Amino acid sequence: MAPRPGFVLEVDGSTPPILFHHGEGFRLEKLPVGRSRVIYPAEPLPGLKDPDTAIRHALEHPYDSEPLSALLFPGMKLTIAFDDISLPLPPMRRPDIRQRVIEAVLDSAAAAGVDDVEIIAALALHRRMTEAELRHAVGDRVYDAFAPTGKLYNHDAEDPEGMVILGTTPHGEDVQMNRRAAESDLLVYVNINLVSMDGGWKSTATGLSGYTALRHNHNVKTMQASKSFMDQHRSELHSSNWRMGKVLRQSGPKIFQIETTVNNNSFGTSGPLSVLQKREWEWSAKDRATFLGMQAGLKRMPASARRKMFSSWQAPYEMTSIQAGDVESVHKVTTEHVYRQHLVPVEGQTDILTMGLPYICPYNVNSIMNPILVMCLGLGYFFNLYRGRPLVREGGVLIMSHPTPWEFHPVHHPSYIDFFEQVLSETTDPLVIEQKYEKSFAEDEWYRHLYRTSYAYHGVHPFYMWYWGSHAMAHLGRVIIVGGDPRAVRRLGFMPASTFADALEMASDVVGRHPTITHYHNPPVLMADVT
Amino acid sequence: MTPRQWARRMSFPLRSPSVPASVQPKAEPPRTGVDFETAWARKPAARIARRVLHEVVVEPVVRVVADPNLRGLDRLEDLDEDQPLIFVANHHSHVDTPLLLRRLPKPWRTKMFVGAAADYFFPNRLAGIASALALNAIPIERTKVNRRSAMHAASLIDAGWSLLIYPEGGRSPDGWGQEFKGGAAYLAIRCEVPVVPVYVAGTDRIMPKGKSFPTPGSTTLTFGPPLHAQPGEDARRMAQRIEQAVATLADEATSDWWQARKRAHAGTTPSLSGPNAVSWRRAWAKSASRNGTGKPTRRRWPEL
Repeated sequence: MAPRPGFVLEVDGSTPPILFHHGEGFRLEKLPVGRSRVIYPAEPLPGLKDPDTAIRHALEHPYDSEPLSALLFPGMKLTIAFDDISLPLPPMRRPDIRQRVIEAVLDSAAAAGVDDVEIIAALALHRRMTEAELRHAVGDRVYDAFAPTGKLYNHDAEDPEGMVILGTTPHGEDVQMNRRAAESDLLVYVNINLVSMDGGWKSTATGLSGYTALRHNHNVKTMQASKSFMDQHRSELHSSNWRMGKVLRQSGPKIFQIETTVNNNSFGTSGPLSVLQKREWEWSAKDRATFLGMQAGLKRMPASARRKMFSSWQAPYEMTSIQAGDVESVHKVTTEHVYRQHLVPVEGQTDILTMGLPYICPYNVNSIMNPILVMCLGLGYFFNLYRGRPLVREGGVLIMSHPTPWEFHPVHHPSYIDFFEQVLSETTDPLVIEQKYEKSFAEDEWYRHLYRTSYAYHGVHPFYMWYWGSHAMAHLGRVIIVGGDPRAVRRLGFMPASTFADALEMASDVVGRHPTITHYHNPPVLMADVT
Repeated sequence: MTPRQWARRMSFPLRSPSVPASVQPKAEPPRTGVDFETAWARKPAARIARRVLHEVVVEPVVRVVADPNLRGLDRLEDLDEDQPLIFVANHHSHVDTPLLLRRLPKPWRTKMFVGAAADYFFPNRLAGIASALALNAIPIERTKVNRRSAMHAASLIDAGWSLLIYPEGGRSPDGWGQEFKGGAAYLAIRCEVPVVPVYVAGTDRIMPKGKSFPTPGSTTLTFGPPLHAQPGEDARRMAQRIEQAVATLADEATSDWWQARKRAHAGTTPSLSGPNAVSWRRAWAKSASRNGTGKPTRRRWPEL
């Protein structure tokens, strides 16, 4: 049976309670009848039947480029860069798409007699990937062949010798790149596109870049002008990356971009979590028993065990497309494939937007979802997963569900702790934060040391998370978090509510007693096409 | 009176008749070797007995003696689980078969038969029963082409059974490989099923040919990408491809994947059969090479 498209459900008297993700747990909430609607994602599209053949075909039949085999020659300097741990979410089952693609690229390189090959995890200012994470992404064969000799490594944006400025855009934006990548005869970028803002020039202009360049588009002005940053035609972030791309095209290395898309099969169509991607009225007796058992078990588990259990989940994603060649030509096709899976047409805005936030976001893989990341996931990612207009009207209310614990991963997020304690205790205004604090965190030697030698996000990273939510903060009249740690929620500048009913009551100050409500049923990921 | 004496005292028809000297006795149909009947070993009762034997006896022994490191299983991810496969491996030791039967991926290993040398595993009724029950082995003629063996194997593959076979035809006498015979390739073409090459490393030190008791050691199984028969390809050429695939896996196991790919494309993959030299030089070369388990073997002679 063909996968069913996403759709909008108008809530009536017979609509069952609706699933809200709630960190490492779930809530079932009854939405008010007659004035609520739920946006459901499409079912997973079928994956490519023979991914390895599709990969080889894409490499030899690229868009606006010579085939990969024609770009390879003995004695050349070849660099392969790939997306880091933040993609896809949750991490996918082995073999990871990056492994399949990198093996195919290396096989072509071996056939062409290329010896000088280096492989770089393009992580920009994210934390370095551990050996296990690198092995998962590129596979044991590639890891064992390249890592022991130092030819497979994490990008280091703070290595003074390892970065190079390639030029400046007409807007005065510095374009910076990893030196090895910049000085290669060919840079092959291996991407996984989960949402529409991934890929394109963002892969190279951001992934292999550093603070010198990123400060030009990772700032409040850019984010507030991106409505939304998921919509390429209305994203200032996208425009900035494309301007940088022009400089890369003129002054940078030859780039062979390989982009792939995955379906939205985050929790599987069978297995313990499959209930999470079924529509509630289609839950079978087994699904209901699984859900109840899961809820009962999760309640009794300590937080660390819950986190470990969810972190171990690997999504059975399947590749739905692969295209290679010129960056811009490839990205056009990729975006169409992403939209094919994600777009759900929605008419009009409502007074309230509700969403359940899951246990994972791009920056807490194998880690802890701290309050700043809760804000970023809700107001940054989910709020911006629209095309046209936001799902909630200007001045409306956002109700999110997440435990929002006052808890941080001390190794991964050291600068987040200080940001939360020192900066947010003074102000939550992104513009003030940017002007007053960003530079001191970005240039702090200790954070720099931890980023380069430990597994820490860069000192400036929590600021970017905060800027990610700045469009939503300017748009919304109030933000309420259901079931969160009240102290942490208040520190974020939001209002805590114990129950969903309380949250609706609190929202009535802003939107009146009978507001219209949209529930954003995500994940699996969907993107609302709001007219 | 002993039972034997008592039986001898019984007369026909209580005991079997004697044959008159002038009469040519009627030839018994052969029931051993390649003619050993094994259909009973795939019936539910035998399958259950084999499962119990594997779980209770074979598995603990494999864990203690040669628990292997598995590499390359991800290469089988795209295969249809209902599709039978032919697993081909190099063959060093009697340890190979139990090791593979326990560590080949599910679901194929749950419905698998083994091609076993008819002269070695089915010389008499008792050995044949043991081989068929424990390994789900079918007798394969290894010295000459035998139509009956091939048809029997093909009919089982057509019925959904996967095959484990050693195309070298027997265990390596000195640790180096032998030329691959064409049986596996013939079946792959005849039944249109993929061949999965497997390189087994380390079992030659656990129990080499000529040794009757194993010494625990480290082993590695490296699985290669499935090979499909190409249009118009004959068994001889496919057998060469299979041998080449196992040789590439051996290279991958002893160096790394990237070096192995470069040598494969340059046509310089080391041969499985080792140097063409006198035996002591082959033994020297074997002891100098790494064994594919990631650990160098101990040299038989000191460095001079």
